[in-house]
Amino acid sequence: MAIVKPKVDAVIVGMGWTGAIMAKELTDAGLSVVALERGPDRDTQPDFAYPRVVDELEGSIHRKFLQSLSKETITARHSQKDTAVPYRQMGSFKPGTGVGGAGSHWSGCHFRALREDFNLRSNVKQRYGAKFIPEAMSIADFPLSYEDLEPHFDHFEYVCGTSGKAGVLNGVKVAGGNPFEGSRSRDFPLAPNRNYLGAELFYKAARDMGYSPYPIPASNASAPYVNPYGCQMGPCNYCGFCSDYGCLNYSKASPNASILPVLRLRKEFELRAHAQVLRVNLDDSKKRATGVTYLDAEGRETEQPADLVLLCAFSLYNVHLMLLSGIGRPYDPVSNTGTVGRNYSYQNLNRVTLFFDESVQANPFIGIGGGGTTFDDLNGNQLDNAKAGFIGGGVIWARQPGAGPIRGITTAPGVPNWGSAWKKGVKDAFRHSFYYEVQGACMSYRTNYLDLDPTYRDAYGRPLLRMTFDWDDNEIRASQFLVNKALEMCKTLNPKALSGDAKKPGEHYNITRYQSTHTCGGAIMGADPKTSALNRYLQSWDVPNVFAPGANAFPQNNGYNPTGMVGALSYWAAKAIREQYIKSPGALVQA
Amino acid sequence: MSDENAPSPTRRQLFKGLALAPMAAAGIASCSRGSDKPPSPGGGAAADYKPTFFNAAEWAFVLAACDRLIPPDDVGPGALQAGVPEFIDRHMQTPYASGDIWYMQGPFVEAAPQFGYQGRLPVRDILRVGMQAIDAKCRKSADGKTFAQLDHAEQEKTLKAAEAGKLELDNISAKEFFTQLLAETRMGYFCDPKHGGNKHMAAWKMIGYPGMRADYTDWVEVRDRPYPLPPVDLSGKRG
Repeated sequence: MAIVKPKVDAVIVGMGWTGAIMAKELTDAGLSVVALERGPDRDTQPDFAYPRVVDELEGSIHRKFLQSLSKETITARHSQKDTAVPYRQMGSFKPGTGVGGAGSHWSGCHFRALREDFNLRSNVKQRYGAKFIPEAMSIADFPLSYEDLEPHFDHFEYVCGTSGKAGVLNGVKVAGGNPFEGSRSRDFPLAPNRNYLGAELFYKAARDMGYSPYPIPASNASAPYVNPYGCQMGPCNYCGFCSDYGCLNYSKASPNASILPVLRLRKEFELRAHAQVLRVNLDDSKKRATGVTYLDAEGRETEQPADLVLLCAFSLYNVHLMLLSGIGRPYDPVSNTGTVGRNYSYQNLNRVTLFFDESVQANPFIGIGGGGTTFDDLNGNQLDNAKAGFIGGGVIWARQPGAGPIRGITTAPGVPNWGSAWKKGVKDAFRHSFYYEVQGACMSYRTNYLDLDPTYRDAYGRPLLRMTFDWDDNEIRASQFLVNKALEMCKTLNPKALSGDAKKPGEHYNITRYQSTHTCGGAIMGADPKTSALNRYLQSWDVPNVFAPGANAFPQNNGYNPTGMVGALSYWAAKAIREQYIKSPGALVQA
Repeated sequence: MSDENAPSPTRRQLFKGLALAPMAAAGIASCSRGSDKPPSPGGGAAADYKPTFFNAAEWAFVLAACDRLIPPDDVGPGALQAGVPEFIDRHMQTPYASGDIWYMQGPFVEAAPQFGYQGRLPVRDILRVGMQAIDAKCRKSADGKTFAQLDHAEQEKTLKAAEAGKLELDNISAKEFFTQLLAETRMGYFCDPKHGGNKHMAAWKMIGYPGMRADYTDWVEVRDRPYPLPPVDLSGKRG
């Protein structure tokens, strides 16, 4: 017999960015909120305290801040005809666990989507004609506009103390920022961070090529800052332990540093760590959630009744919970019906590394997660897709989140993997090389999707989520085009050696290589309940007292890191709950 | 209202101080034994350590393989001087090496290399089973000699074949074994000395890694000279 807890207004599954935002907004509105986090509670002190947090072996090999795949993972395959096998060792993407989630071990790149990213399908159609979009490509418009989200982009940047430079301010172009961005109502709360050598050289090379470089918006504070909630941040000290690590310095925005200090003091808020949610419970009509069932810290099955269920887990696990709980109809790629699992997409990440001689002090151990520079001249409407030969653009950037030898040292082409020549190779490369990356968009396709695996189960006996995903020719062409542009630009810097990893024709998705944690889609937002799981307020079309904010809502992925968009969407959904749903619970958009 | 969770200026200065000065006060356990002695020639740091995970045959294999993967030379210390075998022996006894963060449920099926290792062995058994299999193969083809008893050229030939996936072994993929062995060897070479390897931070000094300083505010915009400070480890020792 399960333990049954007293009913609350809202239960939140997962305490990363989306969970913390929802908890803040809903307790602001006077709701009682219980948050269930599968991992441990974490805070800057003691969990991210110096010096222990900067142990590379624990952070990047034992992955102490990431989820253990022994408990939950996914299975993967390249196509529907293959048998999926488990993602047994972490590689391609790194979901977090514990309070803060992936929001505590992210780097800090904090972008807004471009205006034209919001209406991608109609924009491509309008620019190049309907036939330009391949039949299998299932890209869609977001059911809202840049202007709808602008106040929420803005607010999230102020919560995070984002450091950057506006390029378009109230419709007027401003020198030094991104001239192609959507208009901002205010400049960033903090000025850009200082440039490491690779970023400084990137400015030079990009300008030489006629591009318009600008500072990457970084949620790594460039100066002391107090956010609108009263949470204090300290200036980033370029420690070099961003990605994979919690911030030791209160500089990188995180749920832990930027929102939880306020939430933890609230009587209406209760956080239960080590609470593994197993499913959302529905009533007999299957159109209303009654709460969730979870395993408490001791493994006892516990029911938490609630009027409102907010799925705020990592994007893949939001989809998993919807499939396990019967929320929405599972997607069937053969009949092209159903919604949950549809439009899974990823990120087209590629790297070029530049090697210099001993006179060049690249110092890659100096790091700042989101800092650096990029340009949008090959992204959005700046790119002529008909000429380039693919749909979707991307950015090229200089970014240096901090390197250490356990995290790996990229050696120049031709250096062996071991022996004396390898030692010389790592010695030559370590202080005198840096890399630039190409971060390309990733379109969605009928054949790339998520469903439940028929064979493999997690530690709790539930079927694993199954990912069917491979690179389409479109993304391979994009990779080659953008990497070539990056190499062309790098050559102006006269490196001693240069390496690039553009995808080759026919190359398959390799889940063993870290690329990015930007797994998108699977429970997408849309205007049509036949092809989307969520409406424009991230509310389930099928079970209206369930909301699922996260990158799972993206119909496809653009060339940016998703966190800025995910935060803005969460504030947008929270506003709809506060101003509309609470007064009149039910579907906010009529199907 | 959240100020109680933000560092006071004093505490932030303390962080900075800790990052730049020896951290005797940081309260982290000291390096393993032997770390205060200079590296000895020959067996180096490895000679002082008694394994508690590997048996004698496995230990001989580990010493020989590490010595080939990272040999001593003018560039920097070899794996044996750096204590890499000690690191591996200790690392094999951590939850990581017994598969704590890997998905370890079956069925175990063959899959394309893009999906990673799909066998049922955790790291520690990949190493053990792999070493036993290579020793067995060597004994058959090299007059009863084990891997450790081969000359350096023969050892390197064997490791190269394993790396290239051209060594047929019973029970295990030689390539997977080699991948894990090399990864462990590099970890032991470059880890914080508290984990048993990288004695005297010698590998960090070789590549110019400042270790756990974690504060470069004053250096991010310096271009005209090399970063001047020696490494610091987690216990606060300076290299």
